[in-house]
Amino acid sequence: MKSIAVSLLLLVAFVGGAVAGQMTITQKGKKFSEKKVELAAGSSIDFVNDDDITHNVYSSSKGHEFDLGAQKPGSTASHVFGASGKVKVRCAIHPKMKMTIVVN
Amino acid sequence: MTQLFQRPLQRAVIGTLASVAVLFGLAGSFSAAAETKSREAWKKEYQRPSEVPYPDDNLYTKEKADLGKKLFFDPRLSGADYISCATCHNPSFAWGDGLPTGFGNAMTKLGRRTPTILNTAYGELMMWDGRFESLEEQALGPMAAPAEMNQEMEAIADELRAIPGYRTLFNVAFPGEGLSIDNIAKAIATFERTVISGTAPFDLWIAGEETAISEAAKRGFDLFNGKANCVACHSGWNFTDDSFHDIGIDDDDLGRGEHFKDNVKMQHAFKTPTLRNAVERAPYMHNGTQVTLSDVVAHYNTGGVVRPSLSDEMRPLQLSQQEQDDLVAFMATLSSVDERIAMPLLPPNDQGPAAGLRQTSPAAGPADVAPIDTKCRVARLHLRPCR
Repeated sequence: MKSIAVSLLLLVAFVGGAVAGQMTITQKGKKFSEKKVELAAGSSIDFVNDDDITHNVYSSSKGHEFDLGAQKPGSTASHVFGASGKVKVRCAIHPKMKMTIVVN
Repeated sequence: MTQLFQRPLQRAVIGTLASVAVLFGLAGSFSAAAETKSREAWKKEYQRPSEVPYPDDNLYTKEKADLGKKLFFDPRLSGADYISCATCHNPSFAWGDGLPTGFGNAMTKLGRRTPTILNTAYGELMMWDGRFESLEEQALGPMAAPAEMNQEMEAIADELRAIPGYRTLFNVAFPGEGLSIDNIAKAIATFERTVISGTAPFDLWIAGEETAISEAAKRGFDLFNGKANCVACHSGWNFTDDSFHDIGIDDDDLGRGEHFKDNVKMQHAFKTPTLRNAVERAPYMHNGTQVTLSDVVAHYNTGGVVRPSLSDEMRPLQLSQQEQDDLVAFMATLSSVDERIAMPLLPPNDQGPAAGLRQTSPAAGPADVAPIDTKCRVARLHLRPCR
């Protein structure tokens, strides 16, 4: 029962055999903490702004577009990656901040 | 310069001197660390990269760059056949046009100043508002825009394919693929990535030649990284953070805010331009309202229009006239003395076999398209519609 509960908390979903879950990416020094991550469709990422300036996580990858809006220092914004594919994520203010998310 | 275009990596290696910054001065919230950092420490922040970056899906080849240069200078890429990329991105004005805002098809006055293509190989997101992800996307955008080059994109590949010389060049540059809209973009982007500013007096100074710049310019460098806080945005060897900021220019243009409507700080925000060769690229700002670099510095000295979107880095600088002059002196050291740009010879229109002028390279292959309607071409030259 305990494992089932944990799984539910982690938004477990089975897609193509992979387990959807949750991941945290930090934004610090105008960089994402990871350059590339892979996750299962249905997984969510918490984007934490650990910088002392505002960021704005977004993607314009076709079929994966999202915009988390202005994110003040210390705040967290989340996004669920529903469809499989390669998602290029940037900061709209500081576009050198970029990472790739491969959704399986 | 031509040789540099042909061997951009080599050129970049030759140019691996260091560089530093000047131009726009974003006003002042510099940290205590910034205030205490020595001049020598700052100089290390401006080292030039040793290589020009090319994307994995469009690596450099000389054939692509040479073809891209021809396309860049060819007015036949526009709908009316009289506007080329180089019409606005003029190498004589450091790849700008010297106008407050550009002019496009039928002398349509455009809304923003023509940005330079200088050093765009190193950039992230293109255009003042960053709406294009890559140089490849950017190459096609103005071509298709009705107010700019007004080209019917479904027609451009056929138009170029009707020119034997272009068929040859595309087949050589893109073996097995030939001429396509995607490859037009790739060739132009490859050429643009070869347009790199050369060694400037500032680079020589960074490399250790102490007399390469004046004492006024050295003071300007200190101000740039200190009191004037220009480095907050004009950072690194190319003097840009490739980011978007509202610097308090008084107009209604929302810039990146048009694409990020809910982000307060993106309203009136525009991409930080390079300061390389800035002297040759007047007037300044996204709307060309600042005539000289002195005007630019004077603007930053005021702190700009105060509004919610104003960059947190903007504030009145309280620079003396001498300090403002020193900043301008510093920016003047960022201009490189490059070789002259050689205008390319463009493939002639097909004269037909009877004229004996058809280019007979086997690489051209068959035309495989209907000949361009001459009447239609003439009509478009006179800005009349033609279908």
